[in-house]
Amino acid sequence: MSPDQRVRPAHPHVIDVGETGLRETNRALQASDGTGRFLLTDPRGAHALAVGLASPDEVVIDGPTGYYTAGMNDGAHVTVNGNVGVGVAENMMSGTVRVNGSASQSAGATAHGGLLVISGDAGARCGISMKGVDIVVGGSIGHMSCFMGQAGRLVVLGDAGDALGDSLYEVHIYVRGRVASLGADCVEKDLRPEHHAELAELLDRAGVTDVTTDEFRRYGSARTLYTFDVDNAAAY
Amino acid sequence: MPFDGHSLPGQTTAAQPAATRNAATQAPPGTPDPAVLRESATFPRTVIHEIQRAAATGIYDIRGWGAKRSLPHFDDLLFLGSSMSRYPLEGYRERCGTDVTLGTRYATKPLHLDIPVTIAGMSFGALSAQAKEALGRGASAARTSTTTGDGGMTAEERGQTSRLVYQYLPSRYGMNPVDLRKADAIEVVLGQGAKPGGGGMLLGQKISDRVARMRTLPTGIDQRSACRHPDWTGPDDLAIKILELREITGWEKPVYVKVGATRTYYDVKLAVKAGADVVVVDGMQGGTAATQDVFIEHVGIPTLAAIPQAVQALQEMDMHRKVQLIVSGGIRSGADVAKAMALGADAVAIGTAALIALGDNDPRYEAEYRALGSAAGFYDDFQDGRDPAGISTQDPELASRLDPEAAGRRLANYLHVLTMEAQTIARACGKAHLTHLEPDDLVALTLEAAAMARVPLAGTDWIPGHVGRGL
Amino acid sequence: MCGIVGLHLRDPDLEPRLGDMLTTMLGEMTDRGSDSAGVAVYGNTDWTPPGSATVTVLADGEDAQVLAARVSARLAAAVSGRELGATVLLSAEVDVDALATAVRTAAPEVVLVGLGTELAVLKGVGLPRELAAGFGLPGVSGWQGVGHTRMATESAVTPAGSHPFSVGPDQCIVHNGSFSNHASVRRAMARRDIHCDTLNDTEVAARFVAEQIALGAGIDEALEEMAGVLDGFYTLLVSTAEEFAVVRDPIACKPAVIAETEQYVAMASEYRAMAHLPGIAGAHLYEPEPGRVYHWHR
Repeated sequence: MSPDQRVRPAHPHVIDVGETGLRETNRALQASDGTGRFLLTDPRGAHALAVGLASPDEVVIDGPTGYYTAGMNDGAHVTVNGNVGVGVAENMMSGTVRVNGSASQSAGATAHGGLLVISGDAGARCGISMKGVDIVVGGSIGHMSCFMGQAGRLVVLGDAGDALGDSLYEVHIYVRGRVASLGADCVEKDLRPEHHAELAELLDRAGVTDVTTDEFRRYGSARTLYTFDVDNAAAY
Repeated sequence: MPFDGHSLPGQTTAAQPAATRNAATQAPPGTPDPAVLRESATFPRTVIHEIQRAAATGIYDIRGWGAKRSLPHFDDLLFLGSSMSRYPLEGYRERCGTDVTLGTRYATKPLHLDIPVTIAGMSFGALSAQAKEALGRGASAARTSTTTGDGGMTAEERGQTSRLVYQYLPSRYGMNPVDLRKADAIEVVLGQGAKPGGGGMLLGQKISDRVARMRTLPTGIDQRSACRHPDWTGPDDLAIKILELREITGWEKPVYVKVGATRTYYDVKLAVKAGADVVVVDGMQGGTAATQDVFIEHVGIPTLAAIPQAVQALQEMDMHRKVQLIVSGGIRSGADVAKAMALGADAVAIGTAALIALGDNDPRYEAEYRALGSAAGFYDDFQDGRDPAGISTQDPELASRLDPEAAGRRLANYLHVLTMEAQTIARACGKAHLTHLEPDDLVALTLEAAAMARVPLAGTDWIPGHVGRGL
Repeated sequence: MCGIVGLHLRDPDLEPRLGDMLTTMLGEMTDRGSDSAGVAVYGNTDWTPPGSATVTVLADGEDAQVLAARVSARLAAAVSGRELGATVLLSAEVDVDALATAVRTAAPEVVLVGLGTELAVLKGVGLPRELAAGFGLPGVSGWQGVGHTRMATESAVTPAGSHPFSVGPDQCIVHNGSFSNHASVRRAMARRDIHCDTLNDTEVAARFVAEQIALGAGIDEALEEMAGVLDGFYTLLVSTAEEFAVVRDPIACKPAVIAETEQYVAMASEYRAMAHLPGIAGAHLYEPEPGRVYHWHR
C-alpha cells in the first residue's frame, strides 16, 4: 500500500499543531499540490485535523488525535501514530489512512473509497453506512459495526461486538475472531476462492503478514430486508 | 376528506372523492341516508378503512405530503394595516426591501438573497432530475436559493442554480467533498417537520439505476435512511462536526442547522451553541416524500407554535438577526411569508407549494390521478413513483412530461407573487423592509392562534398565558 | 450535553497535583459545554478537614461566616464557613447527617449541593477555566476528583443546575447525554418522598442511585438498577468515598475514554482532556463498552 511514487522532499515539513493552530495547519495541508511530506507534532487530541485533503500528499501525525481525523480524505496518505477519536476518515473518498493505535466509534463512517487501516481496536459503529471504503482492523471492533453498510470490505483480525452488520446491504465482512452477535439480515456465508483472493489482497495492502485467509469467516447480507415483507416486519 | 371525522355521508362532491386511495375497497355506489345510517365519530369510514388496510397488509400507511389535519395556522392571524396612528407606504413607488443575508455569524461568504423565500431540501430520488432542475431554474430566476436533499447533488441542479444549499444528512448519500465545496451553504439536517425523530425512506419503485448509483445502493430495493447521524449525537458533538465542515470548506460557507419543530425553544438554543450560522425550523405541516402517515399526523408542533419559541430562544441569547432563522412548513402565500417574518423569521422556505407551482396535482392529469385511486388536489403518493405530473418519479416517461424551463418559469412567477404579496402587506403596515414587520402588527382570530403565536386576540390586548401589554 | 472528566489517583505522590491536573482536564472540555461547570474533590484536608463533616451549599451571595454562625447556633457546635465562587463549604466536627439537618433547618433558603466527610462540590455559571481559578482549584490536593462542563439542554443555566450532582454522602454523579423519561422517574421518586432541587435530568439519576445505595446496593447494582428504570443516552461517571465508576447506556453514542496507569485511573469525554496527564503515553487507553459498569476501589 505504498503511496504513489512521486518525488517528495527528503525531509518532511514539520508543523507543531499546538503552536500553529488548527486552521493554519489544515490550510497548509490543503494547499499542498500532492508532492508534500508533512510531519504534524503535538496534536494533543485535536479535532478535525488533516481534513478535506484532496491531493496525494504524505502526512504523518505524531500523537493522538480527536474527532474526524482525515475526514473526507480524497487522495492523501495519512498516518497517525497514536489513538484517534470519533469518526476517523469519515466519508473518505480515496487515499489511505493508517492508525497506529486504536480508534473510537464510527471509524470510516460513510466512507466511499480508499483504505483505512487501524492497528489496534476500533470502537462501536466501525464502518457504519460505509459506501465503498476498505477497512482493516488489527484488533477488535465494537457493537453495531457496519450498520447499514452499503459497499466495500471490512476485515477484522480480532473480535466483533454485538449486532455486526445490522441492516447490511452489500459490504463483504471478514472476521478472524469471535462475533458476539449478528445484526438483522446479516448472515455467515461461505468463503469461496474469490473471497480468499479478495481477503488476501486486502491483508496485503494493509501490510498484515502473519495471518492466513483460512482463519477468517465471511459475513454478508441475507437481503431479506431489501423489499418489505410482512413476515420480516419486526426486523425493520 | 380523510381526516374530517364529522363530515356527514353524502357531503362528498365530485371535486372531493370519497377515497383518495384504494377506491376499490370503498362502499358501493349510492348515497347513504344520514337519517338512517349513522356514522361513528370515533370510527368514521376513513378509520374503518385504515384498520382494514392495516389488517390486510401488515404495514403502516406510507405516503408523501405533510400533515392533512386541521391545525392552527397563519390563516388565524391578521395584520393591522395603517390608517391614522401609523402611515402606509405607497405601493410600487416607495421602496419595501425584500433582501436577506444568511450566515453573517461566522461564514466569510454569507449568502445574499433578493427575496426571503427559499426552496427547501428535496432529494433527487424523491424528485425527478427535471423537477430538481426546474427548482434550480425558478429559484435562480428569483435570485433566491434552493436546496439539495437526501441523495446528493446533481449536475442539473448545480448547473441551473445560482445559490445552492447542500444538505448534510444522516445517510450521507452522495456526500463528497467536491460537491461540498461547490455548495453556497451547508445545511446539517437533524430532522424535518413531517417526521421529527425519524429517518428517510425511498421505496424500491423510485430507486432507478441512476438514483442507486448516486446512493451506492442496489437498484430497486426499499431504501431506509437512519434517524441519527452516523458519527455524532447531541449538540456537543455537533459542535465538533460543524468545526470539521468549516475546516474542510475554509470557513467560507454558512452552516445551517435544520430541526423539525418539537422542543423548538431548546433545540434552537442548542443549535446556536453548537455553532450554527442559520437555524431552520420546519413545522409539522412541512412535507416529505415518504414516511408513515402516523408520523406525519401525530409528531411535531404546528409552524405557528414553533416560531415564537425559536425567536424567544434567539432573543434570550442576543442572537436574533445575528443567527438567521428560516421557517418552513405550510407557507403558501405572501401573507404567510409576511406573518412568519412578523413573528421574527428572517426568511421562509417552501417545499410543497414549490412542487405545486411546478405542476404537482395539476387538474390536466385528472384522469390519471383517478386511475391511481386519487384525484387532482389529493395526490400524496409521492412514495409510489407514479406521479402523473412527472415530479415525484424516476420513471423516464413520466419525468419527461415536466419541462424544466416552463416549470422553472412557473416557480419563478409564484416566488414573485409571494414577494409582491408580502410587500403589499408590509407597505400597508408602513414598513420599508419586510424584516421590519413585527409581532405587534398582528392579531389573532382564535384563542389557539393567540396562545401559540403570542399575539393578542383581535380587538383585545389579551395574549393567553401572558399579561396584557396595553393597547 | 456536556464534557466529563475524572481522576482517581493510585499514587499518593500525585495527590498534591490533583487540582492542577483536574483544572487542565476541565478547561480542555470547554467546547463541549461553556454554560456552566463544576468539580468535586475528594480528600482535600483544607476544604474537608479530617474528622469533620462538610456540607456544600449555594447560598445566593450570603456571607459564609454569617451562614456558619446561623448553622452553628442550631447545631451547638463550631461550624467553619468558606466561600469558593458561588458555593460555600460548611464544616463541623459532627456526623454528616447532623450537619446536613442543621443546615436545612437553620438556612432552608440555601440549596445543598454536596455532603460528606471527604467531598467538596464546587459549581457555578461561566467558563470552566475561570470558575476553576475562582475556586482556587489549581492549587488543591486530593486523591480523587471529577469535573463537568455543561451545555444546558432543557433545564436552567444556574449554579444549582450545574453538575456534579451530589445527593448522598460522599457521592457524586456527572453525566453526558439526555435521559428520555426522567419526568416520570422524578414523579415516581416524589411519591417515595424523594424530591429534586432542580429540573435537571441528571439530578434524577443522582437521587435514584443514592436511594439504591442507601438501600444497601453496591455501586454496580445501583447503576444496573438505574439502567433498568431510566431510559435515554448517557455516559455517567459516579464516585463515592471508596469508588470511581463509569457506565454508558446500551447504545453508547456519547463519548468516553478511560486511561489507566499504575499511578491513576482517568476518565474523560475526549482524549484531549487527558493529553497532558503524566505518563499518558504509556497508559492503557480504552473506551468503556455499552451497558457495562466499570469501577475501581480505593
